[in-house]
Amino acid sequence: MTAHDHNLSRRSLLKGAGALVIGLHLPQAARAQSGAGAAFRPGGNATFAPNAFVRVAPDSTITVLVKHIEFGQGPFTGLATLVAEEMDADWGQMRSEHAPADVKLYANLAFGVQGTGGSTAIANSWEQMRKAGATARAMLVQAAAQSWKVPASEIRVEAGVLSHASGKQGRFGEFAEAASKLAVPENVPLKPASAYRLIGKEGAVRRLDSADKSRGKAEFTIDIHAPNMLTVVVARPPRFGGKVGSFDAAEAHKVRGVVDVKQIGSGVAVYANGMWPALKGREALKVTWDESAAEKRGSRELIAEYRALARQKGVVAGSHGDAEAALAKAGTVIEAEFVFPYLAHAPMEPLDGYLQWDGSEALARFGSQFQTTEHMTIATILGLPPEKVRLETMLAGGSFGRRAQVSQHLAAELAMVAKAIGPNRPVKLVWTREDDLSGGYYRPLFVHRLRGAVQDGKITAWADSIVGQSFFLGTPFEAMVVKNGIDATSVEGANELFYEIADFHCEVNNPKVGVPTLWWRSVGHTHTAYAVECFIDELLQVAGQDPVAGRLSLMNRHPRAVGVLKAVAELAKWNGSGPVDGRARGVAVVESFGSFVAQIAEVSLGTDGEPKVHKVWCAVDCGVAVNPDIIRAQMEGGIGFGLGHALYGEITLDQGRPVQANFDTYRSLRIHEMPEVEVAIISSTEAPTGVGEPGVPPIGPAVANALAKLGQPRPRQLPMVGGTV
Amino acid sequence: MVSLKVNGRTHSVDVDDDTPLLWAIRDNLGLTGTKFGCGVAQCGACTVFMDGKPLRSCVTPVSAVGDAEITTIEAISGKEVDAVQAAWTARDVPQCGYCQSGQVMSAVALLMENKKPSDGDIDLAMNGNLCRCATYVRIRAAIHDAARTLEG
Ligand code: FES
Ligand code: FES
Repeated sequence: MTAHDHNLSRRSLLKGAGALVIGLHLPQAARAQSGAGAAFRPGGNATFAPNAFVRVAPDSTITVLVKHIEFGQGPFTGLATLVAEEMDADWGQMRSEHAPADVKLYANLAFGVQGTGGSTAIANSWEQMRKAGATARAMLVQAAAQSWKVPASEIRVEAGVLSHASGKQGRFGEFAEAASKLAVPENVPLKPASAYRLIGKEGAVRRLDSADKSRGKAEFTIDIHAPNMLTVVVARPPRFGGKVGSFDAAEAHKVRGVVDVKQIGSGVAVYANGMWPALKGREALKVTWDESAAEKRGSRELIAEYRALARQKGVVAGSHGDAEAALAKAGTVIEAEFVFPYLAHAPMEPLDGYLQWDGSEALARFGSQFQTTEHMTIATILGLPPEKVRLETMLAGGSFGRRAQVSQHLAAELAMVAKAIGPNRPVKLVWTREDDLSGGYYRPLFVHRLRGAVQDGKITAWADSIVGQSFFLGTPFEAMVVKNGIDATSVEGANELFYEIADFHCEVNNPKVGVPTLWWRSVGHTHTAYAVECFIDELLQVAGQDPVAGRLSLMNRHPRAVGVLKAVAELAKWNGSGPVDGRARGVAVVESFGSFVAQIAEVSLGTDGEPKVHKVWCAVDCGVAVNPDIIRAQMEGGIGFGLGHALYGEITLDQGRPVQANFDTYRSLRIHEMPEVEVAIISSTEAPTGVGEPGVPPIGPAVANALAKLGQPRPRQLPMVGGTV
Repeated sequence: MVSLKVNGRTHSVDVDDDTPLLWAIRDNLGLTGTKFGCGVAQCGACTVFMDGKPLRSCVTPVSAVGDAEITTIEAISGKEVDAVQAAWTARDVPQCGYCQSGQVMSAVALLMENKKPSDGDIDLAMNGNLCRCATYVRIRAAIHDAARTLEG
């Protein structure tokens, strides 16, 4: 599968992004950033800082500096678990904070720069954070040994308490200062898995952020207030690629509370004392847009073009045997064409950012997902050396890919808004839900044209022709990311299958369209999993095979995929698809980001004709399960997110203009539409892989495959309910 | 100037009459626990209590509030609140957390009306609160937990 290619492509992309921005005039950017890191002192009054990640305060609280942004997937808790395990800390003394932007200290080891994505937080922190904890523990033990005048080897540590057989004991905080004076030891051994008390233990840790988030106390970017601060909204072109032609701000200036109106690169910015005057000011603004270069095709036109393209030669992304020849001589050829709409990420907190600067130094605070490149972008636009720009990562109300910005457009807009009004006017830039949903950066529209052959109860050939935008074609990253004409993020999950089929072919066309697109929770698997898992199910049906047994018979070379499929069948007590009492079951199994997930959905048709998903069984193999309850939460959330979009989600373009602007038309899964979820976690000693995305891909096809057993066709066009094209 | 009774105090707020209560609370009073998610009464992130009943503050102009008592997440209290917040923490309901002020407000309102809500009651009371992280399984379980706690 392509998980590794995927990481590779992100890694080269991020390096590229840095190089691009830096290349403007700051060749030594990465080195220069360390200054900002050093000036920032997270961890409060900590006296012991053995490394970049662990801070121990005199009151024995341990603060972990988390290099990954927390927007729900649990890195605050997960990375703290790794540290606490090796320190033998008590969970009650653990805290987490975002690390500052500093690529030398806090690079994502899978990317080479600081950033979050690709479900990598635990995977790339697994060794690093345990080492950080083990080193801190060794130094505290050494400090206690010196103070008590006993050999370090005789000191025990349990639940944050150091003790010696002589009766001496003390908490970490008592030795924090002494430990801070010791040399940092190298190669401190890590615990064997058999000694774990927290990692993989049910109920051993709870999330560190639940209490504040249940009391309205967690601070997000939109909550930032500062003296003299202006709230800013931007009027952006209604079509992608449009520009400001001219504007008249006379009426906007008359709105009480509006302070200024400025043209910036992305549109016209309205500055006001608060959100409501800013919105009223924007409403009163008259902008004439220059749409001469704008994209004017709608979804209908694009789908027609893509369908035609799917019948032309593409770039070969995977092939063995001779699929065309096998199809030509096959007894039964099945054809299916799948159409996937543009989708918005619609994180619950729309995009926003805060920036203050005095002309020589700047502080930016926002939900930065790619800190290194965003830091550089802001410094470049403000014309400041990077060490004069501090970037503080805030909690964010979701991302699902939206904040992982290839184009850096939010950081750039934030800096432009600040620069246009001038120094000493702190700004808070806020996007509304309408700005978010009609603002582009969508999961691209895709078409898959599939053909398969079934001969004597066996699947003998498979051909997939994929059409959709690459996130990178037409951007400066194209040369770096697109290899041999193939963008791995377009074809991952479709160009190599678990299933052994003698004659196989997969090709791709990446047309250029002027709609900005972006990776969306589980990236290419958002469409490839649906196409592949629906089509294999259909072929197995034609071949007269059971969906579970039929899949298992084709995937002998993929033991972990077999493992989750068997586990989910057992969990659901699989006994065929049904239907039983009007409910049918469908299955799907997908590998993404190195994790394996199989799901079975039990579905009926509601009186309104809409699919009703009653229950989902889910088995996940993500290697060592560091925080089982967070893994469960991510499966539940991934299922809900994937299901909501498969059932209802679409952004339609009408002559280039997005039709859906808020949640009244961008229908989002609600509580009564959420199925019951039961999760089995496969016990494993493999290195941990991520769970933020892998829960998403299987649910859509699992539901479609159940519908097929209820006398419905498998939906060929998403969303399943209320599609408007 | 508009006079608003929020969290037991009367405030004079210098905003236009048409200003949604949400922005007066957040921008003028600095109470940011109440969130903005849609601005059109579709998501429930902005839920506050008006005289003890849940209200979408994003579509309620300050001029419509009059003498009513507004209570926000920062000041809610009582046994239902304690039970809900304890259940939310014990179940680790929140993911990104951004919708959760609104979820907690709606759950508290439900339990004040109905001590033992069924799944159907929960669906009705909570389906105006979107959660893009889809924490719904745990929201449902936590409301049942809180109801059991209140039963004693
Ligand atoms: S912000 Fe009020 S309901 Fe969404
Ligand atoms: S917890 Fe993220 S939107 Fe609900």
